[in-house]
Amino acid sequence: MSGFMATFGLWLSVFFTLSIFSFLYKDNPFYKLSEQIFVGLSAAYWLVYLYYSVMVPNLFNKLFTDFKGNLILLIPTALGLMMLLRLIPKAQWLSRYPIAIMIGTSAGINMVRYAKTDLLGQISATMINPFASDNVVTVIGNILLIVGTICGVYFFYFSKKQEGIRAVPSKLGIWFLMISFGASFGYTVMARISLLIGRLEFLLKDWLHIIK
Amino acid sequence: MSTNKNSQTERRIIYLVLLIAVALPLIFPIGWKTDVSNYTKMAWDLVQSTPDSAVVLFSFDYDPSTLTEIQPMAEAMLEHSFSRNQKIIAIALWPQGVQMADQAFTEVLKKYPNKKYGVDYVNLGYKVAGIVAIQAMGKSMPEVFPTDQSGTKYEDIPMLKKVKTLKDVGYICSLSSGTPGIKEWVMAARDPLGTPVTGGTTAVSAPGLLPYVNSQKQLYGLLGGLKAASEYETLIHKIGSATIKMDAQSIAHLLILVFILIGNVKAFVTKKRSEQ
Repeated sequence: MSGFMATFGLWLSVFFTLSIFSFLYKDNPFYKLSEQIFVGLSAAYWLVYLYYSVMVPNLFNKLFTDFKGNLILLIPTALGLMMLLRLIPKAQWLSRYPIAIMIGTSAGINMVRYAKTDLLGQISATMINPFASDNVVTVIGNILLIVGTICGVYFFYFSKKQEGIRAVPSKLGIWFLMISFGASFGYTVMARISLLIGRLEFLLKDWLHIIK
Repeated sequence: MSTNKNSQTERRIIYLVLLIAVALPLIFPIGWKTDVSNYTKMAWDLVQSTPDSAVVLFSFDYDPSTLTEIQPMAEAMLEHSFSRNQKIIAIALWPQGVQMADQAFTEVLKKYPNKKYGVDYVNLGYKVAGIVAIQAMGKSMPEVFPTDQSGTKYEDIPMLKKVKTLKDVGYICSLSSGTPGIKEWVMAARDPLGTPVTGGTTAVSAPGLLPYVNSQKQLYGLLGGLKAASEYETLIHKIGSATIKMDAQSIAHLLILVFILIGNVKAFVTKKRSEQ
């Protein structure tokens, strides 16, 4: 039985893979069917998974079998129920409180972390002596890093009109930004091709057994 | 209408040629060598320089959608870590990361059949809440993971006896394809606690994380995409799946360059004609 299910699962995967690929020819019912099944399955999977791996061990088990007067558990329970009140139009306003708490908490937790990592950390990383290394390539790289950062940030300085001499770092900044966008695009192409390789490997290896 | 139809046909030809170009090197591998970048070398150096028998943490923060790119990195880095006799704690900040970790261990244990669960490696499973969970691990690991995936108590796992917080691990390696992932580990583990963080990510996410590989060592190297996975395989002298897949990747890139060239020539000729 398990052998049959494995084969059935394999053929289903092949069917859905080819159905999704069929969109490259043109939009068609096979593609639409696969797309909708994927969305539905994902939603159902997440619901079940999160219920059993997050809510049951962290809340329901503790509430119903191991409560021990742990009153703090009632707070997330109440907030969760209030969130669900979005479904009842008359009591919808109550859901704003858990949302506000979530946003406030996230902002509080992240503010310090982002300030340390993204602001102070990145500024410190740019404050370097470019000539500290003996290696010429490293020195050039360091100079480019400093000039690129300053010019890139300057490009987004809009408080004064950038003309004459003030336009020079801005234009340089555009070049640095363009090169960086180009590199990002290159990486994106690589990622997309990797996805294609992954699917083709599945078809050629697991289904057709052409490759080992 | 006819221009539209023409471009549709051209598009289909491009897809077909690309499909063939990617499939052929998979069937008949070429075996092109890959140069190792500094970013990959830095990650390798961190694993290499961490003392033998240190306890290290691998976080599996991805799911099957990015398996092709990240799984080879996971396997290569786990293999390197095992070769150094490091003891590995696997956790997941993404629900399906648990299965990804199991798959990677299954593959790597074929080469290291003597490694014992609980003594050399352990899978503590999934924890919700991302950065908050990392922050809590900085204070107490057993509180965040009271048991491992199979229900064994944290205190009863031999290799975890001396690991109370994230400060006690040699390094953290996050294999991530989004949020929570490498950035959260840098924010909640590297910057406040000083524990070295390295990792691997998809090619799409790599440019956004590269600025953290800097003079402050916020991140110790970074593996970006299939190319970096193959570089890591080169460093550990392994011909793995990433190395084989890089042939297809390289051919596809060459083909895309040719297509861009043809497209530009075509656009140039069309413009010239319309001017005349």
